[in-house]
Amino acid sequence: MELLVAIAIGVLTFSGVYLILRARTFSVALGLTLFSYAVNLFLFAMGRLHTGKPAVLSDAVSYTDPVPQALVLTAIVIGFAMTAFVLILALRAHTELGSDHVDGVEKPKAEPKQRKVMGKTNKLKRKRAGATR
Amino acid sequence: MILLVLVFAPFLAALLPFLAAQRGRTWIALATAVAPLIGLSLLLSQASRVLAGEVISVNYAWITQLGLNLSFRLDGLSFLFSLLILGIGLLVILYARYYLSEQERVARFFTSLLLFMGSMLGLVLAGNLLLMLMFWELTSLSSFLLIGFWSQQTAARQGARMALAVTGGGGLALLAGILVIGHVVGSYELTEVLAAGDVLRAHSLYPVALVLVLLGVFTKSAQFPFHFWLPHAMSAPTPVSAYLHSATMVKAGVFLLARLYPLLSGTDWWFYLVTFTGLTTLLIGAVTALFQHDLKGLLAYSTISHLGLITLLFGLDSDFAPVAAIFHIINHATFKASLFMAAGIIDHETGSRDMRRINGLWKYMPHTAVLAMVASSAMAGVPLLNGFLSKEMFFSETLHQHLLGSFSWLLPTMATIAGMFSVAYSLRFIHDVFFNGTPINLPKFPPHEPPRYMKIPVEVLVFCCLLVGMLPAFTIDSLLAAAAQASLGHALPEYDLAIWHGFNMPLLMSVLALIGGILIYAQRAPLFRWYDGLPDINARFVFESTVRFLYGLVSRSLARIENGSLQRYISLLLIAVIVMLTVWLAPLSQITGEVALTPVDPLTALGLLVMASSALLTMAFHRQRLTALLMLSVVGLVVAMVFARFSAPDLALTQLVVEVVTILLMLLVVYFLPAQAPTESSSLLHLRDYSIAAGCAVLMAVLTFAVLTRPYQSIADFFLANSLTGGGGTNVVNVILVDFRGFDTLGEISVLAITAIATVALLQGLQLPHARVDNNGRAWSTESYPMMLGILARLILPLALLVSAFIFLRGHNEPGGGFIAGLITAVALILLQVAYGQRWVQSRMGVRFPTLAAAGVLIAAATGLASLLLGYPFLTSAFTHIDLPIIGEIEVASAMLFDLGVYLTVVGGTLLILSGLGRIGHNVKLPEGA
Repeated sequence: MELLVAIAIGVLTFSGVYLILRARTFSVALGLTLFSYAVNLFLFAMGRLHTGKPAVLSDAVSYTDPVPQALVLTAIVIGFAMTAFVLILALRAHTELGSDHVDGVEKPKAEPKQRKVMGKTNKLKRKRAGATR
Repeated sequence: MILLVLVFAPFLAALLPFLAAQRGRTWIALATAVAPLIGLSLLLSQASRVLAGEVISVNYAWITQLGLNLSFRLDGLSFLFSLLILGIGLLVILYARYYLSEQERVARFFTSLLLFMGSMLGLVLAGNLLLMLMFWELTSLSSFLLIGFWSQQTAARQGARMALAVTGGGGLALLAGILVIGHVVGSYELTEVLAAGDVLRAHSLYPVALVLVLLGVFTKSAQFPFHFWLPHAMSAPTPVSAYLHSATMVKAGVFLLARLYPLLSGTDWWFYLVTFTGLTTLLIGAVTALFQHDLKGLLAYSTISHLGLITLLFGLDSDFAPVAAIFHIINHATFKASLFMAAGIIDHETGSRDMRRINGLWKYMPHTAVLAMVASSAMAGVPLLNGFLSKEMFFSETLHQHLLGSFSWLLPTMATIAGMFSVAYSLRFIHDVFFNGTPINLPKFPPHEPPRYMKIPVEVLVFCCLLVGMLPAFTIDSLLAAAAQASLGHALPEYDLAIWHGFNMPLLMSVLALIGGILIYAQRAPLFRWYDGLPDINARFVFESTVRFLYGLVSRSLARIENGSLQRYISLLLIAVIVMLTVWLAPLSQITGEVALTPVDPLTALGLLVMASSALLTMAFHRQRLTALLMLSVVGLVVAMVFARFSAPDLALTQLVVEVVTILLMLLVVYFLPAQAPTESSSLLHLRDYSIAAGCAVLMAVLTFAVLTRPYQSIADFFLANSLTGGGGTNVVNVILVDFRGFDTLGEISVLAITAIATVALLQGLQLPHARVDNNGRAWSTESYPMMLGILARLILPLALLVSAFIFLRGHNEPGGGFIAGLITAVALILLQVAYGQRWVQSRMGVRFPTLAAAGVLIAAATGLASLLLGYPFLTSAFTHIDLPIIGEIEVASAMLFDLGVYLTVVGGTLLILSGLGRIGHNVKLPEGA
């Protein structure tokens, strides 16, 4: 079972990290959410996987580990707050800048040769974006 | 106490010039003079004790852990330097009163001067090496203000910057050196350090300490190859040059040589490093000085040369050499200060400092000319003046060293050559300026004598030159003896400060130097032509372009990493994480540990499979945003089930409710964002991102598996044992949240509330048009709120509230609690909003969401404070159990009030975020039938 859980966490990380590396804010928010699932599971698993053990005090002999559970519980709520903030920031950025690219500007597709010039225009554009704000 | 006043009076009095700023230059100068006058009288009151060889010291503990104490010590050496600093300082204040014009920022100038004076006093009086270093750095900083005083001039700014960079850099080396010394000796107190000379010299770190300390000394005292900053510091007002480059700033380096002489000297390292640096500086300074056309430039290089001479003397292996060095420090201070002042007067009266234009001033200012000529002769080493005595000693010492073996003749020869050039440039200062034809095209013509009081400082100094030169035994002997003895640390050798020692080698060398100097000056025309043929190197431009080059290099290499693309930053960050994790995981011999694996059950395996494949589908469909969102919600739900499967009911409940809220939020955002994202990354970028993602994934999986298969020790037992007795609850997770780690939870709900308020700020004034059609071109329904949903939501609300109350009340003992109950309430209210609109709900709520969130945080904090008021630590809980009908036994605890705070914050925060989003689209009126 441990192996399966480890692999599942790995897959969540894979898709989360890949999406975080994308250029559009919404994809990044999706990635962050997936990644926080992975991290929450990881933290939770640090208390080991217990099957059928009580989390509430009773006459039982052994219990599940409550410490990582308490940590993850707050992490989930904070994670929600963070996702909400990122999404609303993305929304605001999209309306202000007219683009949902993470850098705030659409990157024009250019030949590799013109890269230098492109960098300059980008800078200009960014300046203009800053000025209009 | 006297020492403390002595050091700190200038700092305290630094504001006085500003207070007098409105009353003109005389008052400002008088206000400035208060502190040095007090200092001087205090110093002189101690003169008899110090000259008798007594050491006056005070010691206050400051930061004893670092070995830094507020300790000061007044012995012969520091007495001599304090005397120079205060005496020449007073003369400079008087001089500057007339030098600066009314329009300049006079008060600021004098304030900087006082700061500098205080720093210098602290430096020479410090009895602790670290304290001394502090004042050392203060001199660098305050001299920066002085050198750059005319900040409107580029040359002044760059000169000041260069001086700061060079002396500040040297200060860092000195700090390192001092730390090494402290490490070896075990103390920074001067008394203990000086007594440990043998220990340090025998230690293997001695060369390191020596080189580092010498770097500090050489940069400060402008020794080759760090001499280049000094001529450029000449862009300072002349009173500053007269002060900094005669008695103070540059003398700090040689002061340190004198101070640490018993600690560091007496080895081959010391001899070769100090002697040859001094010799090189002496020669380069003397030769270059002759070719300067700028009056102050000549004096600057001459200063460099004389500092080289002093350094060279400290390097020699005889007991008498340091005495000669200290004697020359005094003499150089007097004649060089007067020469700078004379140069300033000439500059002031003619408007130029170019010796090719300033000629024949004898006719116009005979009084100044006589003063300058006497001082200049002292610089050249003419008999009956003080410079002659110390130069004679210097020549004699170069003959008495033996470390160079058969090359011992080298030093006296070089010294004589330097002496010739010294005579030549002194002669030039006299002849070129005061004779040699008539003035050429001067900005101010005709020049005349300066104000009476401007000449007094020069007169005083020149008088000292004469007095010491003619009557050394009566004037300077006791002071010199006290200073030299304090520097050497033991009894002085026999010496005689007479003017006439009979016909001997040093006298011959002096005569040779005089004749050679006159000859060189006579042949100056071809020599100037030769010098003009040398490549023209301006140290300022070289320095500035070096700095610019370094800036460019750094910004270019920075631009390679920091190119403005956030994607690149995050990928670099992740790559760093991968590298570090790999490095840490590498020593693990095998991934699988010794703990046996738990058996696989098919249902869980299926769940994990669903979760993993939904995650991959989210990734695959991330451009179709709605689809991706649906897939994401599946992942979240399965995560909740995984929590439930592995005995974490609280987590499962929380995850489930948060999942609902998150997806709702994302749906709202998707509504306003473009529904689809364009493909744009190149194949190479995709490859990079896949590799990074795969790297992270593999590491995460390996790490998880490695940890899960190893035994572990948890701190859980403490919480399990104390939950009921200490926190009054059987649900350990909840007790941890609201009791054991209540402070953390308070922090987290604060974060939640802050985030919610931040989103409100972000959404402020945002108005977005509703989308008319969906992706496939179908028109959205214009029916405002569906009736079925409305009725359902109304039915569900009381039920949901009941459930959340139940969950809340039992939370302490059974799975549940404030977080979960809050989220359930929030979901029910959101459903109502979806059905009836945000305004409808808000108008019926009676309380605004921000108030709710804030009240939550406040209640939680107040619970903690209440326990503080009752005399318990913050957030201590008290509880009792009561029986209620139907619900059963519940526990009433202060922790419950805390949980109520959590509940309110979660409700308020969540609704604030979601209702904010729900509002922005409503402000646009849709046209009929759209």
